[in-house]
Amino acid sequence: MLFTSYKFIELVLCLFAAYYIVPRRVRWPLLLVFSYVFYWLCDPKYLIFIGTTTVTAWGATVLMGRADAKAEAYLKANKENMTKDERKAYKKRLASRKKLFMVLCLLLNLGILAVTKYTNFVIANINTFLSKGNAIRAVDLIIPMGISFYTFQTMSYVIDCARGTCRPEKNPFKVALFVSFFPQLVQGPISRWNDLSKTLFEGKPFNASDFGSGLMRILWGYFKKVVIADRIITGVTMLISYPQIYTGVFVFCAMMFYAFELYCDFTGGIDITIGIAECLGIKVTENFNLPYFSKNIKEYWNRWHITMGTWFTDYIFYPLSVSPKMLDLSKRSRQKFGNGVGKRIPVYTSCFLVWLTTGIWHGAAWNFIVWGLMNFVVIMASQELEPLYAKFHGRFGLKEKSGYKVFEIIRTILLMSMIRMFDCYRDVPLTFKMVGTMFYKFNFNRLTDGSLLKLGLSASDYYVLLAGLVIVFSVSLYKARKGTDIRSALRGKTALAGFVMAVLFAVIIVFGAYGDGYDSSQFIYNQF
Amino acid sequence: MEGNTLKRKHSRIRTAAVIALVVAFLFALMWFLQCLLMPKYMKGIIEGAMTAEYYDSKEPHEVIFIGDCEVYENISTAELYRKYGISSYIRGSAQQLAWQSYYLLEDTLRYEKPKVVIFNVLALKYDKPQKDTYNRMTLDGMRWSSSKVDAIKASMTEDESFIEYLFPILKYHSRWNELTSDDWKYLFSHDRVTTNGYYMRVDIRPQKEFPPAPRLTDYTLGENAMSYLRKMASLCRENDIELVLIKAPTEYPYWYDEWDAQIVDFARKWGLTYINYQDLKDEVGLDMTTDTYDEGLHLNIYGAEKMADHIGAFLVENYDLTDYREVPEVAALWEENLRFYDDLRAAQQKELDEYGELRSWGIGAVEN
Amino acid sequence: MDELLEILNELHSDVDYGTCETLIDDKILDSFDIITIVTEVNERFDVKIPATELVPENFNSAKALWALIERLDEA
Repeated sequence: MLFTSYKFIELVLCLFAAYYIVPRRVRWPLLLVFSYVFYWLCDPKYLIFIGTTTVTAWGATVLMGRADAKAEAYLKANKENMTKDERKAYKKRLASRKKLFMVLCLLLNLGILAVTKYTNFVIANINTFLSKGNAIRAVDLIIPMGISFYTFQTMSYVIDCARGTCRPEKNPFKVALFVSFFPQLVQGPISRWNDLSKTLFEGKPFNASDFGSGLMRILWGYFKKVVIADRIITGVTMLISYPQIYTGVFVFCAMMFYAFELYCDFTGGIDITIGIAECLGIKVTENFNLPYFSKNIKEYWNRWHITMGTWFTDYIFYPLSVSPKMLDLSKRSRQKFGNGVGKRIPVYTSCFLVWLTTGIWHGAAWNFIVWGLMNFVVIMASQELEPLYAKFHGRFGLKEKSGYKVFEIIRTILLMSMIRMFDCYRDVPLTFKMVGTMFYKFNFNRLTDGSLLKLGLSASDYYVLLAGLVIVFSVSLYKARKGTDIRSALRGKTALAGFVMAVLFAVIIVFGAYGDGYDSSQFIYNQF
Repeated sequence: MEGNTLKRKHSRIRTAAVIALVVAFLFALMWFLQCLLMPKYMKGIIEGAMTAEYYDSKEPHEVIFIGDCEVYENISTAELYRKYGISSYIRGSAQQLAWQSYYLLEDTLRYEKPKVVIFNVLALKYDKPQKDTYNRMTLDGMRWSSSKVDAIKASMTEDESFIEYLFPILKYHSRWNELTSDDWKYLFSHDRVTTNGYYMRVDIRPQKEFPPAPRLTDYTLGENAMSYLRKMASLCRENDIELVLIKAPTEYPYWYDEWDAQIVDFARKWGLTYINYQDLKDEVGLDMTTDTYDEGLHLNIYGAEKMADHIGAFLVENYDLTDYREVPEVAALWEENLRFYDDLRAAQQKELDEYGELRSWGIGAVEN
Repeated sequence: MDELLEILNELHSDVDYGTCETLIDDKILDSFDIITIVTEVNERFDVKIPATELVPENFNSAKALWALIERLDEA
């Protein structure tokens, strides 16, 4: 079920009404019911998957909690007659036991994720390798919606419990809500237990100002998604579906269109999610922080899809790079190749693995894997070039000049957008070829010969897009300059905020690219 | 202390008032936009304006026609009045499907109780919802009632949603870039487009050969469509209304003998009159070289008047109908209808003489 | 402590580690820097900082980091 379906909107409106009617303590159970209804409406089969994840996560963490409680009691009882070393050994045994629960739970859940998402990818690759066409037939598997998101979210909870940074929740229904909180199921963000649980179960009393603020954020999200992203996607699809026609400057168009499309779709979706949560008095972690104002790619990844980035940092990058094996490897390579290399080994190896998994997580295709590795290459290159840049900046005093900052921002956007082309084209070689044509086929004259009007976008569509993007840019610029968003500035100004929302609503309804619309060409089949 | 609570209370009331105002503004804005964006059907495809036009009609009607183009283009209501004093209305619409006919009849009964209802059977060949655009032309103009809700539910194709009927702006919003001056002109008003539901054409295009009738695998009329015919029959029976079934004289789309037999059978079972005008063309005096405007698909005014002459004679003979020419209040209202009819006829004739074709009427007419 | 400052200065020479208490919050140190610090600490102090200790509180200031190293060294 998409954010833009009537069913979703109806469900959310029902939830808003019901949520504030029922007593506070049954609000979170109501949320759970709605979440499961949502999933059931998408496909009843999905419930098996999310149910399994919930039960195993709850089971594993409860076992961890029990082990902890038992150990605490044991240590307390035997405080006198245990030596320090004995206690240490006992604690270590306990830790390894908790780790066992964690590993089992991770294996099972990541196994489900891997099987549903990647089986056919693996089969296709084996077939290519054997070069026998369809030696193994592809299997028909359902991929539950949002499985990548909720699996990662749940695993973070399990790992945190094993690490002891998170207290295991005994109530299975609370765990179930954490896993299935439905606004998050569509596009994330990937929340952490310690963040989300603070407000998820609280059932805050109704607060008009918070509710209005949430509503405004929802509208803003829909504006970006429906007016801009869902309109421009027509052009993107057209441009990338006919690569033999749309070369050179059109690849550049596709690249930029896709950059806007993805930004508006993704941040818009997150705005809708966070806005809905805000209306319910629940605080969901931010997932974006003006990513297109980043001055370099590392900064970009700290501002784009933040919760995914921190997930990979906390649960893959850090543990890998500081694992004893990695440190040993670093030590040995220092002796062999000197300090410079030895220092870099952990960072480079882990970073490589992180981007490989990030690519795989994004989708079952070589395109995504190459996309991940391209990110790795660019990040490493900029890391290595940093001292050089610093010298350069220092000599010309560029760092402070705003013109140079703009240059850096545009450079980052272009670079990221180019790497993202792997999302678009059919396969990896085609992507390289198409991106290549950008650099030697200078067919700029094609931009004005009307080709752009043959992409399913009319001149008026381009005007709407232009106006929409100007608005989005202005709002972002406001936030970048003032440090807070316009919404908080409008807080308390009921009339103005209300007026803005009413107009925004009308704009979405009229200019949104939704529904099959009114097609007067249907009358060609004159059937009066 | 007390002052404080009072102040808080005041600011609360103010906030509530502001919110109420904003909501009112939102509704007004959306209503205005909806009026603007909905198709007006005032030129070219006027069929979409027919359903709503019924509610403007002030005189009583003893005869109600329901059905698709085979009623609203083929029978002149003005002629029925002029020649027989019959006050009738055609609740027709483009590709009106059997369930829509039923619910339009139900809707009509909310306003008046006719003596005779005449239903054209061609639409029974459709057993399932067809096209959203045609659904909308028939249903958007209906006033809200349980009949409309049921009609929508029965008519929706898989891709349609009820909410788009409830708030038509959701359906028509994409018209923002094709708005014409007509959309502004008819923002809150509309012109009359039919004479009591009759769609007039004065031009002539003789009938041509139709392609041979394709063979069907199954000639049974669909159960869903037939169930609505049954509902129609029992609704009329409950209300003491005579239901008459007709099949228009035009030969395309095909009306198979097998279908005809099923209707004959149905009429016999329910004790209804069924007239298939395809067999009565000579009796009516139809000449398909002059009485059609689109090569035989539909009749023009000449054909429609001949049909009215024949069907009127049948009605007067068999049912106890009032001659409204004798009822001054109704006659005055009908004078208005006839004036519209004659003016429209003159206007169309003038254009036809000038250009040899109609330019301001019909599907090709340009909106300006 | 001096040796730790040496490590930090090698990373970013333009930061005053004596007073700055927002090394992570203000994004002066990023994840790469943290890993480099962990590797260097392991190299020079023979102290292994586990992944669970890689939290902002331990890296926000040189003082906090030194406290962490001492704590891990004792255990």
